[in-house]
Amino acid sequence: MKATVTVMLKNGVLDPQGEAVRRALGSLGFEGVEGVRQGKVIELDLQASDRARAEEEVRAMCDKLLANTVIESYRIELA
Amino acid sequence: MKAAVVVFPGSNCDRDLAVALRAAGAEVSMAWHKDDALPAGTDLVAVPGGFSFGDYLRCGAIAARSPIAAAVVAHARRGGYVLGVCNGFQVLTEMGLLPGALMRNAGLKFICHPAALRVETTDSGFTEGYEKAQTVTFPVAHHDGNYFADDETLRRLRGEDRVAFTYRDPVNGSVQDIAGILSENRRVLGLMPHPERAVDAAHGGTDGLAMFRGLVAQAVAA
Repeated sequence: MKATVTVMLKNGVLDPQGEAVRRALGSLGFEGVEGVRQGKVIELDLQASDRARAEEEVRAMCDKLLANTVIESYRIELA
Repeated sequence: MKAAVVVFPGSNCDRDLAVALRAAGAEVSMAWHKDDALPAGTDLVAVPGGFSFGDYLRCGAIAARSPIAAAVVAHARRGGYVLGVCNGFQVLTEMGLLPGALMRNAGLKFICHPAALRVETTDSGFTEGYEKAQTVTFPVAHHDGNYFADDETLRRLRGEDRVAFTYRDPVNGSVQDIAGILSENRRVLGLMPHPERAVDAAHGGTDGLAMFRGLVAQAVAA
C-alpha cells in the first residue's frame, strides 16, 4: 500500500517561502494569484494491507516525526 | 562541572562549544548521537550548532529522535542543565524541551553577522552574569532562526519571565524579536545566536564568557 503524506504550514503561520513564490509569479506576469502556500509531500511504501491499521500507523509517524504539529498540519492519502 | 557536548553528523560548532566550556573551567566530553547514555556525572548537556543530518525533513528533527535524545530529555526532566545553540535550539524545540518552532528566516536568506541582543532576564544560571537590559553581541549564523510560537505560549513565556534574549533590531522575523528562551524550570536555554563564538578577544568580542562562567559556577555551587 502506498501512503502519501502532505505536510503544510498551519493556517495563521506566515509562510515566507510561499510569499516569495507569490511575488515571483506576479513579476512573471501571472496576475490574480492571491496566496501561495508551500509544503512538502512524502510518499511511503508500506507492507501493510489493512487500510485502517496503515492509516493509524502513518498518523503516528506524522505525529512523531514527519510533521512538527506546532507549526504544521498534515493530510494522509492511502492508495 | 562536567559538560557533555552532543555530536551529530553535520554538527559544526561542537568543538567551539567544548573550547568555550573548557575555558570557563568545565570538564568537557563529547557524546556521539548513537550513544544511549550521557557520560556519568554530566551536569550540563550542550547541543551545538551546525546542520545535523543535513537539515533533512526539518532543522533538528532527525537529531531530536536519535538514540542520545532520550538521555538528553531524561537529563532535562531530572533538572539538569541543557544549552542549545543555533541548530541546538532547533533540536531542543523538536525534542519538546522548549516550546515553539524555528522557521525559515523572513528574508529567506542565510544571515551571518554579529547581532546586538538585549538580556531580558538575569534569573537563570545562563544569564545571571549579565545585567538586565544589558546589550551583548553574539554572532548569528542561520537560515532558520525565525522563532514562532502561538499567542498563548508567548503570553506564558513573557508572564513567566522565560524570554532570555531578544534581538535589538529585527534580524530574521522572529515573533517579538525573540532570540532565546528558557524552560519552565529555567535549566534549559535555547538561543539562535552563538555565545561560544564570543569568548576570545580574537573573536571580536567576549560577551559570551559570562554565560559559560555562570554555568560553571552554578554547577560548582550545586
